[in-house]
Amino acid sequence: MSEKKLMSGSHVIAEAAVRAGCRFYAGYPITPQNELTEYSAAAMVRTPGGTFIQAESEIAAINMVIGASMAGARAMTSSSSPGISLKQEGISFAAAMELPLLVVNTMRGGPGLGNIAPAQGDYFQATRGGGHGDYRTIVIGPASGQELADLTRKAFDYADHYLTPVMIIGDGMIGQMMEPVEFPDPIDIKKLPTKPWILDGAKGRPSRLIRSLILDIALEEAHNWKLVKKYETISREITSWEEYQTDDARLVVVAYGTAARIAKGAVRKARERGMKVGLIRPITLWPFPSRVLHEMTGRIKEFLVFEMSTGQMLEDVRLAIEGRANVHFYGRPGGVISTPEEIAGEIQGLYQSRQLDGE
Amino acid sequence: MIKKTVFSGFGGQGVLMMGYVLAVSAMKDGRHVTYLPTYGAEVRGGTANCTVVVSDEEIFSPVASTLDYAVLMNKPSLVKYEPLMSEGGLIIINSSLVSDSPSRKDVGFVRIPANDIARELGSDRTINMIMLGALVAKTGITTQDSIMNGLSEIVKAKKASLMELNRKGLQKGAEYALKF
Repeated sequence: MSEKKLMSGSHVIAEAAVRAGCRFYAGYPITPQNELTEYSAAAMVRTPGGTFIQAESEIAAINMVIGASMAGARAMTSSSSPGISLKQEGISFAAAMELPLLVVNTMRGGPGLGNIAPAQGDYFQATRGGGHGDYRTIVIGPASGQELADLTRKAFDYADHYLTPVMIIGDGMIGQMMEPVEFPDPIDIKKLPTKPWILDGAKGRPSRLIRSLILDIALEEAHNWKLVKKYETISREITSWEEYQTDDARLVVVAYGTAARIAKGAVRKARERGMKVGLIRPITLWPFPSRVLHEMTGRIKEFLVFEMSTGQMLEDVRLAIEGRANVHFYGRPGGVISTPEEIAGEIQGLYQSRQLDGE
Repeated sequence: MIKKTVFSGFGGQGVLMMGYVLAVSAMKDGRHVTYLPTYGAEVRGGTANCTVVVSDEEIFSPVASTLDYAVLMNKPSLVKYEPLMSEGGLIIINSSLVSDSPSRKDVGFVRIPANDIARELGSDRTINMIMLGALVAKTGITTQDSIMNGLSEIVKAKKASLMELNRKGLQKGAEYALKF
């Protein structure tokens, strides 16, 4: 562990990526994540074996990352909402070809070009696959600088272990905010497990083929079911979340990323005002922590989903709860940053209207 | 203890650097900190602000519902942040550029003629350290030594004369604020 450094979230991801053994970054500029690209440029230049490419487009960047991944490198790209839309074809191809790589989406207000303010409107795109075909990507939604450092490393480990693209989603607030961060020591990339599937020249061994084109219907079906099996394993093994003050809660707020930071402040305010309120913060958004929510419905009958969108994770909460409790929603899309007081007001209104203060 | 401070003014007044120096200094003291700058399609002469939270325990929201302290470098900042001050909060204003006073009576108020003091020191670039010195002296949010410690990390590659100028700025701001 190194000493604490005050760093912006975008810089933290880029530094953590290099320390995780990432040796290839390709990207195309877009606000509010240019600091990640900028930092990666400097970091790759000073890292032996590092490559940084400012690509001619987002589509070129994701395909360069696919190439680097095929050649065995830990590789990543980053962008913001409209740029991530452009990368979706590549992400679908990478999922099909079972290639490990990291994509970071610093979400902004949308749809369309929208604006550059913090938003969470890309949840569906991230967690439902985003590109075409039957696939999933691991999606992680960090909420602090330290989590960005720790989860960026995990993202590369997950990608390599499960052979799948991983996405980290944040927003301009997580990206621009500075917090003290302690980085784990850099890994020695020579000690990473060897990858027996990469394309590194077939001299002295049979040639290998990596492709997503499977014209034989039976083989494509088998490939689909193979992916599903992998996704089931991932769901069992890496689903993660944070619980705050849920033990005696009568109302539980569900929020992730930036929204969860604000919601946690709101929950503390509500507690100070005597309301029994807790928070569930999904850390992995896919796989979604459905089971913990489902099990809570035995004792908690009111849930409030707060998102910086018009209601996307809301659907996952409803699917998890299966009608066993009431699911309410409060959303601020388009780049609006709520204050804890605003969310505390929502909590209080709900607490009173559902008469949760009685015995 | 948790204290939320906003620094606000025109781009170019060193507003973001003020908040950054406070955040680094408090971090080096072992406190929890968050530094949240505004960003956007900013232009020179436009508004710039940042919110710094300093706390003895984990900081949940880096977004402040209300503010304990505000260091305001121009009039639009006063208009924007006065309503967000918590009761008993403190506004420190650059009176070289803002002649208005807050209308609220439940909020403390200190006027620091930062540009005039900076001119006496021989460098306009010290206005942010003068204001930061005033904040630290009036609130005890951290100490002047901590600020110098934080500064030495931030400007470590730079000249000793710059450190000395910053130290003088902090000192002058503190002296002025304590007389107020």
